[in-house]
Amino acid sequence: MPATLYDKLWDEHLVRTDDANESLIYIDRHYLHEVTSPQAFEGLRHKGLKPWRLDANVATPDHNVPTDRGDAFNAELIKDQVAKIQVVELDKNCNNFGIHQFDITSNKQGIVHVMGPELGYTLPGMTIVCGDSHTSTHGAFGCLAMGIGTSEVEHVLATQCLKITKLKNMQINFNGSLQKGVTSKDIVLHLIKLIGTAGGTGHAIEFSGSYIKSASMESRMTICNMAIEAGAKVGLVGVDATTLDYVKKHSNLSDSIYSQACEYWETLKSDSDANFDQTINIDVSKIKPQVTWGTSPEMTIDFDAEIPSQKDVDKSNRENLLLAKAYMGLDESKSLQDLSFDKIFIGSCTNSRIEDLRDAASAVEGKKISKDITEAIVVPGSGMVKAQAEDEGLDKIFIEAGFLWRDPGCSMCLGMNPDQLKPYERCASTSNRNFEGRQGNLGRTHLMSPLMAALIAINGKITDPS
Amino acid sequence: MSNSTITGIVATFDRDNIDTDQIIPTEYLKSIKKFGFGDFLFDGWRYLDEGRLDMTADDRSKNNDFILNKEPYTHAKILLTRDNFGCGSSREHAVWALRDFGFKSVIASSFGDIFYNNCFKNSVLPIKLSKEQINHLFEVSNFAPVSFEIDLLKKELKYKGDSSYMFDVKDSLLDRIINNLDDVDMTLKHKKHIQAFEQKRRSQRPWLFDYSN
Ligand code: SF4
Repeated sequence: MPATLYDKLWDEHLVRTDDANESLIYIDRHYLHEVTSPQAFEGLRHKGLKPWRLDANVATPDHNVPTDRGDAFNAELIKDQVAKIQVVELDKNCNNFGIHQFDITSNKQGIVHVMGPELGYTLPGMTIVCGDSHTSTHGAFGCLAMGIGTSEVEHVLATQCLKITKLKNMQINFNGSLQKGVTSKDIVLHLIKLIGTAGGTGHAIEFSGSYIKSASMESRMTICNMAIEAGAKVGLVGVDATTLDYVKKHSNLSDSIYSQACEYWETLKSDSDANFDQTINIDVSKIKPQVTWGTSPEMTIDFDAEIPSQKDVDKSNRENLLLAKAYMGLDESKSLQDLSFDKIFIGSCTNSRIEDLRDAASAVEGKKISKDITEAIVVPGSGMVKAQAEDEGLDKIFIEAGFLWRDPGCSMCLGMNPDQLKPYERCASTSNRNFEGRQGNLGRTHLMSPLMAALIAINGKITDPS
Repeated sequence: MSNSTITGIVATFDRDNIDTDQIIPTEYLKSIKKFGFGDFLFDGWRYLDEGRLDMTADDRSKNNDFILNKEPYTHAKILLTRDNFGCGSSREHAVWALRDFGFKSVIASSFGDIFYNNCFKNSVLPIKLSKEQINHLFEVSNFAPVSFEIDLLKKELKYKGDSSYMFDVKDSLLDRIINNLDDVDMTLKHKKHIQAFEQKRRSQRPWLFDYSN
């Protein structure tokens, strides 16, 4: 029977299905970080259990690490006592249980979803879980990857399995080629605008079509990363030559193991006549650069379009629209181009990879940031991205333009570490969530591509990137 | 060990919509522990001062009018309340706090969805009854301390002598409590299955094992 990629991954990892229609799925890779793991380790200890399979686990602190660490930093130097406890606890747990960790002093540490793939821990066809919803990122490698809660973190540590029910299949075909100045971030924001933040609920979304075929692994990761913002726990891209090239470069498998693996990896795509519960076709050549105006990722418009007003939405959504506009301070503004920005954040597991930094650097090279911008920061997603960017001289381009060049971490993506917005500050951000208070109490977030954020840094306002 | 009955003192909370923030305030989410939340249960109502993670009940100034600070309710095992108990956030800490205090069951006319599911992961039995039945149980327990007896196998709640109500709950969920199992224990029943699966995988997909960078 023809099968989708999701079906194939499901069957490959199915240990058993019980009467209540819950299935045990074997987990190949488990990423851990400091915020959602402590209670899981505590649970193991309480039950007198050990991790089922140590080499399946990889840990790193990312959510609440400061990003102005510099050299010779260690966990004891974290000023926020609560953050420090969580980072130190991760150290202790990894040491006690024997789990491999890239700790805060490691030059490979980074946001777990950026670090994992580039160190070769994410391999095609794996099941991958982490106590973090953006685990969907790893689906770009033809992996069944999803976020889980703290009880499930404990469950995976103890049993190497996850208890879940099967999702439905959705296919999004992105066909055509991009206009100048348009990036993968614009494509995924456009999709979320189209289907809404619950559009993918209960589904695994497979991204395909001629645009995806031509896209880099970095772009595919950006798109799968935000599948969760479209309501889907799982995002997927079939394996092709682009995937295999990346894996060859980033893993240290021996030639013989690699070619043995390739034979299997090449089967990791949906059969041509596979049945999807839902299919959506999108012509990407029509998509303009996208920017969010409101407090949900679906509140997205073309960068030069008018901000929706009451007459544009039906009754049931009016209240939402008014609340979002009031929060974002948009009462008087007709268009996003009227807005003045205070801060620029280039980073997060969505857009902190080398390609993103190159894009942003291309827009700031030889220029200075606008006087209206009080702070512009670039936070590479991992130690490896940072090192490579420095090799390419990107750090100098940013610093000369007036940006701060930081150490890896989640940074201003969420208000859990010292990088935060002050009340009412407006931020051009390359992250993934524009919820109220996400970047700091009463802060105002506009999501966009790294290219657009860099342009705003220079011009103080939204500008046509083409 | 089988948990087929729950017997104990009933504490009553005569109000609707008790949310997870009231069950345990945000301050305590900073904890890195999964146990030891009992002292912080209903913190805002139970104490007169503001608490911190490093305090215990003995350090605090208690609100002596609050039911859980009065005998015999300090040993209550069953909580009787009204509508929509446990609404609000998904924090599992809310159930952890009830469990650590000693509660084995919560009886209400409805529950927050996520809270309801979290209960079964932590051996706390949520029982849904009709509003009329809840009214009647309040009448029975309001004047003097009473004990209820819950038979999990029969799905029967006995109050006052022979009087009882039947309640409905999914067998697969109930099973987790009766056999004192959480998902980890249940899954480990299939240890052999998992081991066999893993062994096959190790030989078929060797690149997934003992890989280091
Ligand atoms: S960068 Fe943001 S979205 Fe990504 S893992 Fe960190 S906090 Fe979560």
